[in-house]
This record gives sequence, structure tokens and C-alpha cells, in this order.
Amino acid sequence: MAEQVLTDFIRALRSADVRVSTGEAIDAAEAVKLIGYADRQRLLDTLRCVLAKSPTEKEAHDRLFDLYFSRQPVPQSEPPAEEESSETSSEGEGPGDLLDLLENGDETAIAMAMERAGQEAGLQEIRFSTQVSYYAQQMMKSLGIERLEGEMMQAFRERTEEGQAYAEELIEGRKEMFSRAREHAKQAFETYGAGATLAFREDVLAETALTALDVRDLGRMQVLVQKIAKRLAVKHSRRRRKKNRGQLDVRKTLRANAGFDGVPFDLAWKQTKRDRAKIVAVCDVSGSVARVVRFFLMLLYSLNEVVPDIESFAFSGRLEDVGDTLETDDFAAAMDKIVNSIGMSSTDYGQSLSDLKMNHWNALDRRTTLIVLGDGRSNYGDPRLDLFREAAARVKRVIWLTPEGESMWGSGDSELPRYRPHCHTMKQVTTIKDLERILDEALSRYQ
Amino acid sequence: MTKTGYEPLTSIDAITAGLASVGYISTREISTAIYLAHNLRKPILIEGPAGVGKTDLAASMARYLDVSLNRLQCYEGLDEGKALYEWKYGKQLLYTQLLKEKLGEVMDGAGTLNAAFDKLTSFEDLFYSETFLEPRPLLTAMKQDRGSVLLIDEIDKSDEEFEAYLLEVLSDYQVTVPEIGTIRAQVPPLVILTSNNIRELGDALKRRCLHLHIDFPEAEREQAIVRARVPDVSDALLKQLVEFVQGLRDLDIRKRPSISETVDWARTLLLMHATKLDEEMVRSTLNVLLKHESDIQAVDKDVRTLARADASAT
Repeated sequence: MAEQVLTDFIRALRSADVRVSTGEAIDAAEAVKLIGYADRQRLLDTLRCVLAKSPTEKEAHDRLFDLYFSRQPVPQSEPPAEEESSETSSEGEGPGDLLDLLENGDETAIAMAMERAGQEAGLQEIRFSTQVSYYAQQMMKSLGIERLEGEMMQAFRERTEEGQAYAEELIEGRKEMFSRAREHAKQAFETYGAGATLAFREDVLAETALTALDVRDLGRMQVLVQKIAKRLAVKHSRRRRKKNRGQLDVRKTLRANAGFDGVPFDLAWKQTKRDRAKIVAVCDVSGSVARVVRFFLMLLYSLNEVVPDIESFAFSGRLEDVGDTLETDDFAAAMDKIVNSIGMSSTDYGQSLSDLKMNHWNALDRRTTLIVLGDGRSNYGDPRLDLFREAAARVKRVIWLTPEGESMWGSGDSELPRYRPHCHTMKQVTTIKDLERILDEALSRYQ
Repeated sequence: MTKTGYEPLTSIDAITAGLASVGYISTREISTAIYLAHNLRKPILIEGPAGVGKTDLAASMARYLDVSLNRLQCYEGLDEGKALYEWKYGKQLLYTQLLKEKLGEVMDGAGTLNAAFDKLTSFEDLFYSETFLEPRPLLTAMKQDRGSVLLIDEIDKSDEEFEAYLLEVLSDYQVTVPEIGTIRAQVPPLVILTSNNIRELGDALKRRCLHLHIDFPEAEREQAIVRARVPDVSDALLKQLVEFVQGLRDLDIRKRPSISETVDWARTLLLMHATKLDEEMVRSTLNVLLKHESDIQAVDKDVRTLARADASAT
């Protein structure tokens, strides 16, 4: 049983996005064996030390610990519970039958019975808040509600005043028990299910078209973007040096072994140095694309752990450097400022490219990935393909992202097909997942 | 069996008391982590902002247990040659030169090339023996009979390869030197890793360690720490200065003052015979706490309110 308590707690942690490996679970069991359950504060310190490995995980751990162990009867009070169950099991009912509980229900007995009923109903599988009532029903069933209802009907049938009163008492009792079961199930949902629900919502959010997002989703989106950024950071913050074992670096070897009379004790191998990633983002912030740009930049600027060099330019009619604004101000406010100040004129890709050439051409170099985000609708102005070609020649890679589907490319004033030959990739982005994939791919090129 | 140095680690409270006896004010969490680390034989990974006493904990443990402290400072490009062991090439070379003639004598008897070769192979181990082995911190820590404290400082500054390599060493407390064989720690060291979160550590390493997050101390604990280091400071001043530093940490500055800077400041104030904080005194000594010009300027306008808040609090 003590083991079960810990296993269930770890299960709850996992559902709340705290990753607990089997090894850690074993460590936790050993640590608890050492510390014991008696001192709750000590138990908290111990489990948090063994199971939670980052500030966010620690926070989740503490929250769950309170939830979980506040309802969990301490396993040491186990022996009396077992006696009780052996007594009542002869009646064929579950331990702690509802009727008994109502008659001589002291608090701990009820709590124990609820706990057991919860286990029987498989409460730790609960995932959604809508399941609370269902699980409460199941718990009532395993508590032996049928016997109580039978008794109740019989009391009614007696048609005496006493019987009536007894029946009403039972109805009251049933009501109370049911609400307690609900309460119990709800708490279980918060322990085991809330994390899962959140994860589920995030999954949905990741697949939702960026243009269809609601204002109320923005907060959650920010959290999601942080998570994605972290994932990318972990993946790409890998070593930057690559050893080319097999190719001797003669010069280095000679220098290193000069002290040994030129006898090569210490061999030096050739190394290729990897480029540091640099991303230059050129974003159309006119009405049609601005929403996607918002999330793209949000993701991009969350990545500064892996990409120290980010420069970003926004344009509609003219192009401006917005890197400073984004880095210093609060992100949402900065974005609003940019959209309001730059995004209001009619889109002109040609002019914006020439602005880029005039003022910021040095931002483009051979380790740069140039990412253009725009629909390529230039109001029939000159697209300045010559400038775009020149830019493409200066940089490592050119990626063009557009919110429009491929069938729309080239329709009306869209110039995408004419820009396309100069891009390494041209892709439609609709969801945050698309953005993640693109950035992932772009960063992999620096491996 | 020889006594190990870990015997005092009998309970969490004993650890807290023991650390206090060497001047380290522990918390419940810190002591619990040490207790678990000892009993589960697991390394502790300590994270937290710079200057909260992560490194100091290791040093204090070594002093408390009276065992040696082996410190490995990590940096980019650190490899096993500098962390674990190295062959003393120079000495090997010197010995070969010196023994050349002796070698000739020994070889003299061998008539054929084969016989000479056989003879030579029987001597080879001479040069790859412990005499020529230069132990680095990891190996030194393993070889201590009474146990030791192994501090792997700022692990986040090392490369990924080294981190992976460390995993192997820390999981079994043994190292393999190809020429000699496996060296296993008789008494596993108490391992403390620290990280300032410059880069995200690998999951595997985190999973294998106990994790302890130390943040800036609360006012009460910081007072106790300063009191332990600067016993002469008066109660009123102590309370004021700690509160001031705590207020400073809440401001938006580049580098928040560390505990050691609080201690330095307390010493400075004591030297200047201050009995209580006033604005002028704070302004003239602020450079002890803040090391960036921009921070000093940023704080400048808040000094008055912070110092006054303290005055009213006392």
C-alpha cells in the first residue's frame, strides 16, 4: 500500500508534465524508505529533491504534493483499516458499506472508504473534468449504494411515519455521500487529470491555424511558444565543434610537440568549426500577414539561447529595423507598436527590398539564414527580383514563409512564383507546429 | 576496515548542526539533500543564481567532515586529460633517455630480434604504471580512503561530451585507465555539481542526480549568515543592511548582489564605524554591492526610498 501511494503520486506527477524516469521512481522509493511518511515536511523535501529537477517541475511537484497527500490517509494508519475490511467482507459488500458509514460514520472511516472506493473505480485514470460525475457514480456503486436504496424503498413501503422519516434520513444521507464522492473525484481530477487536460489543450492549440486564434488564447500560446523554444534550444544547443578524426593537423601537432623534440606524442586532429546560427527575419506586417508574424517573432525571440544573432525587419510600404523594439519592450506591446506604426501603408515588396539594400545590407552574410514572411502581394509594384537574387546570393539559405496555400500563389498580385526560384524553401505556415518545423530545419543546417 | 569520514552524517538535524559549526547556515532542504546524497550514494546537482553559496556548501562539507575537497572547475574544452588522469609524458621521455644505456645492457643477452622484442615487452608496463600517472581531480577523489568531497563546479560550462563522460564516472564511481585497468573508489566521494544555468544540462545527467535549487536566502537566513561571518556587526545595522540588500535584489538590475557581497558590505560598513544606514553612507559604499556602472545608476534613485524604508522598519 505504501508503495502504491508513491506510484500513484508519480503517476500524478507525470500527468502534470514532470518527467519521472523509472530510475528516479526507484530512488524515490528508497529515499522514502529512509525518511518515512511520518514527517510530511521532510517527505516533501525528500521527494522534491529526488523527483523534480527544475524550478517549474518543483512548483508542479509542490502543488501536487499538497493536493495528493492532503487526501491520502497516511499509510501508517493502515492496520485498523485492514481489520475493518476483513470484518465486513463477509457480507459480500465492499468494505465500509454506505449504510454502516451513515449510521456510525466517523470522519476517518468515511475518508478511508472513499479512498478505497476511488481505487476500485479506477479514479487515477480520470482525465477530464466531465468525468467527475461518472466516477462519483462508480464510487457510490462500489460503496454499496444498492443496499442503501433497497433499504430506503423498503422503508417507504412500510408506509408508517417512522419508516417515512427513516427513508428521508437515508435520502439525505445518500445526497451527502454523493456530494462527498463528487468532491473526492474532483480532487482526483485535479491531481491526475488537470495536467493531461492542459496538455490536450496545448496539442489542440498547436494545430490551430494562427489566424484563427482568439485573444483569450494568447496567454496560453505564449506558454506554448516558450515550450517549443525550449525544445528547439535543447536540440540545437549542441556542441559547435566537430572533430575530424583521421585528418592530422600537421601544423598544430608540430607546435604541440616542440617540447618533445618534435617526437609526436600528442596528435592534433583537424577540426571544422561550425557556424553560429544567425537569422535575419524580414516580415510583412500588413493586415493580412500580421497575425502570423506575431507568433513567428515570438518564437524567434524566445530562441535567443541558441540563436544569439537575430535581426528582424518589418515592412509594409517601407522597411524598418525592429530588433531593438522587440528586445527591449514587453513583447505584446512592442508588436502592437510595430503593427500600428509600420503596418498601415500599402504593401510594397520592391521598395522594402531596396530599403534593405540601402540601410541593412551588411546584416546579410554567409552564415545568415534569411527568412521572409509574407504573402508576396505587392500591389502590382515592381518586385525587384534583382535585389532579391542578390540577397539570396549573399546568405547561406533563403526561406520564404507565407500564410497562403499553394493554390493561391501567383493569383492576382501575388509575386510568389517569381521569388520562388531564388528561395531554398518556400512553404505555407498555418500553425505554430509549422513554424517549429521550419525553424528546426533551418537550425539543423548549422550542425 | 578504515573509518570513513562520512560518519557524522547520521541525521538531517546532525547535518544542519555540523554545517553550522563550520559557519555554513544550512536550510532544511539543503540538509535533506546531503542526507539523501550520502545514503542513496547519488551526486547532488545544485542550481541557482550566482553567489548563493553553492560552491561554499561543498567547501563547508569538506571542512565539516574533515575530508579532502577535490575541485574540478569546468570550462569549455575541458577534457578527460585534465579531469581524470594524464600520463606524465615528460617524465616518461626523460626516463627512457636515462635508461637507454641500461636498456642496452639488458638487451645485450638477447641474440635475435625476436628475443629482444620478447624481453622488451616484459618491461613495457614499467612506463605505463602508477608512477607515471598524473591523477587529476576525479581520480584523486576516487582514491581517498576516508572518502572525499568532489566538487564539479559550473558543469554547465563544459561541453556535452564531457557531460556524457562524467555520467559514466558518476554512476559506478569507477574509472578505467586502459593501460592499467579499472580503478574503483573504495569509499565513493560525496559528489556535488553546481550549475549557473548557462546552458540547459542534458536530461540524462539531471535524472541521475538529486536536484537542489538554492535561491537567494530569506532575510532571516541572510542575517544569520552575515552574523556568522561578521560577528561584530550590531543587530540594528545587521537588520537594516540585510533588508536593504534584499530590496536591491527585487530591482531590475543586471547582477543582483550575492551573499558574499552582503558580507563584504557588512565588513565595509563596520570599518567605517557605521551604526546605522543613511543615504550618504549607502551611496559611498554602493560599489561594494553593485559591480556594474549601469546598475549603480539604475539604483541611484531608489537608494533614498530603500534606505528610508529600512529606517522606518527598525
